[in-house]
Amino acid sequence: MNGFEQALTTGVEGGTIILFPALGELIGERAGIVNLGTEGCMLAGALAAYAAGAATGSAWLGVVAGLFGGAAVGFLHSWLVVKQRADQLASGLVLWFLAIGLTSVLGTAYVSKTVTALPIVTVPGLGSIPWIGPILFRHDPLVYASYVLVPLVWWALYRTRAGLVLRATGERPEVVSVAGRRPDLVQIAAVTFGAGLAGIGGAQLSVGYVDSWFDDMTNGYGFIAVAVVLFAAWRPILVLLGSYVFGVALAAAAVLQAHGVAVNQYLLDTLPYLVSLVALVVFARGGRSRAPEGLARALTNTS
Amino acid sequence: MQHKLRSARGSARLRISIGAASLAVAALGVAGLGSGAASATSSRATSHASAEPWAGAKTVGFIMVGEESDEGYNQAVYAASLRVKKDLGVTTLLAANVPETQQVTTVMQQMVNEGAKIIFATSYGYQSYAYAFAKSHPKVLVLHQGGTYTGGKFPANVGTYFGEAYDPVSLGGMAAGAITKTNKLGFVYAFPIPQTVDNVDAFELGALSVNPKAKTYTVATSAWCDPLKQKSAAAALLSQGADVLTQHQDCQSTVIEAAKAAHAFVVGYHYAAETLDPSGWLTGSVWDWAPLYENIIKTAQAGKFTGSQYNGNFIGTFKSGDNPLTLAPFGSSVTKSTQAKILAAEAKLKSGTSIFKGPIYCNSGKVLVPAGKTATPAQINQFTCFVKGVVAS
Repeated sequence: MNGFEQALTTGVEGGTIILFPALGELIGERAGIVNLGTEGCMLAGALAAYAAGAATGSAWLGVVAGLFGGAAVGFLHSWLVVKQRADQLASGLVLWFLAIGLTSVLGTAYVSKTVTALPIVTVPGLGSIPWIGPILFRHDPLVYASYVLVPLVWWALYRTRAGLVLRATGERPEVVSVAGRRPDLVQIAAVTFGAGLAGIGGAQLSVGYVDSWFDDMTNGYGFIAVAVVLFAAWRPILVLLGSYVFGVALAAAAVLQAHGVAVNQYLLDTLPYLVSLVALVVFARGGRSRAPEGLARALTNTS
Repeated sequence: MQHKLRSARGSARLRISIGAASLAVAALGVAGLGSGAASATSSRATSHASAEPWAGAKTVGFIMVGEESDEGYNQAVYAASLRVKKDLGVTTLLAANVPETQQVTTVMQQMVNEGAKIIFATSYGYQSYAYAFAKSHPKVLVLHQGGTYTGGKFPANVGTYFGEAYDPVSLGGMAAGAITKTNKLGFVYAFPIPQTVDNVDAFELGALSVNPKAKTYTVATSAWCDPLKQKSAAAALLSQGADVLTQHQDCQSTVIEAAKAAHAFVVGYHYAAETLDPSGWLTGSVWDWAPLYENIIKTAQAGKFTGSQYNGNFIGTFKSGDNPLTLAPFGSSVTKSTQAKILAAEAKLKSGTSIFKGPIYCNSGKVLVPAGKTATPAQINQFTCFVKGVVAS
């Protein structure tokens, strides 16, 4: 495999770790709630997945545990914000701190444990296509799940009644209320589900991609996911693009160095941020999409 | 904020309180409120008694920045503290997960309140707090792990200590150079600081000593533990043809797992992880602090610390016999003849030869160590260039 293919292959695998939480955050923000605790949801998911994987010997049960781990933190966030009227940004950050502390204490025992990671599965047929095959179809199954999830989220948001209610909740909760729905429940469900996806992102990191657990192992990628949603202008397909561009740029930095290409290390470090920013600004320009109105109100504190 | 200390046999419940305490401090710190921990003060009356105040000390404190079971740097400190307790019969006070903030001052004060006369502050970032504490507590002996005191005259109650990493790392390089089929070795590191540059250089020089074709390819992650970047780095190095990976990172299992999945070999760092990958593990550089800790404590207990070699910037070496970094056990893939070569080289280093004996060239072609010369420890600690044979950007 040449360096170019390598960067793309690793980029898809690594980008998936951003993609899950970013899709989850998109769903929550469409319902009008920002979850700055996405990083914490990922950490909870990563540890839950690793712990369950170590205890049961099954990385798949780990993924399920990761989903619930992330969702638990997300539920707490939505309950604090929707039911207790807590400030969204503060609540998210506090839960992030809580998740760092708790996972660091509870995770101590798991640093030395080993888990059999999710298997790399080559898709029959597709995996043999030159170029495309290795890049897109020789990964762990969570990567394939994300291929399905992106169009599914798009369809659910834009082509179903439930999606309409969710988006309406993010724009004008009063209208949803008048229509006889419960915007509070919609928000709690959306944020909890989105956080569950962040938990799966954490699982993809711990039991899918790197096969280990360490304190604070997400290193801020949850915040990247939140930023990707913003720059993707709340559109699922652009979230996919942003996540992959970030992943590929991150991988490219390693590939360039491994080939001895003389580029400044610190310049390479900025590459993922710079490239995804530029890509999303270019692609998101001129779209019809804009910030959910409820979200704007939440962020400016003028409810 | 009360930071709970615990004896070596403390319960898990106390550990949780320590974790929660550091979390709370982290939260406060980020919120910009600061931890509010006042720096400890005490009587500055200096003792004019001839005996050193820590002579006959029975209680020793150890402060760690991370978890005591991190399978790495902190666990090595923890393991050594257990040995010290057993070998010397002293009471040890342990504090784990203490952030590099004013909180370390609070912890040191608590340790003193509980009778500690000697404190080992084992994280680099504790440096300024440790020196300040020593200044305000002349009757307490403060030892800082990994730092270098540059404040002029050495205070009577301060010592810094560390080990020469590049000696065992060069031996790991020999194991890598001997087994590689592709002549490409991969090195994952964080930042090109001198300590790391020394390690990369020693690794390549060790490899070259048994395999003149061996090249070391490097990837920097700009982080001491970012598994996502480590995995990308390992994948890039493996796909580029490297069949042995090594690293200078705080957490090492991601790179080991990546090597294992690719059936490549691994030279470890920090702790012996041969159980993670028994057939891929070659050897590594692992911490064994106990002999050095015990030498320091015994010197202090005898009342002979001030003016001793430990009352300075002490570096344990193979030559001096108390290098805290030692060669890890060999994995099953290392042949007997390679093992013999490595052990012979180790014996030579212990007798005083250096891996940095000229002529050594930078990969830019510049002379790093002239022919006939041997780099001094001070020079080695200022190396900024990778040697010829290292492929780096």
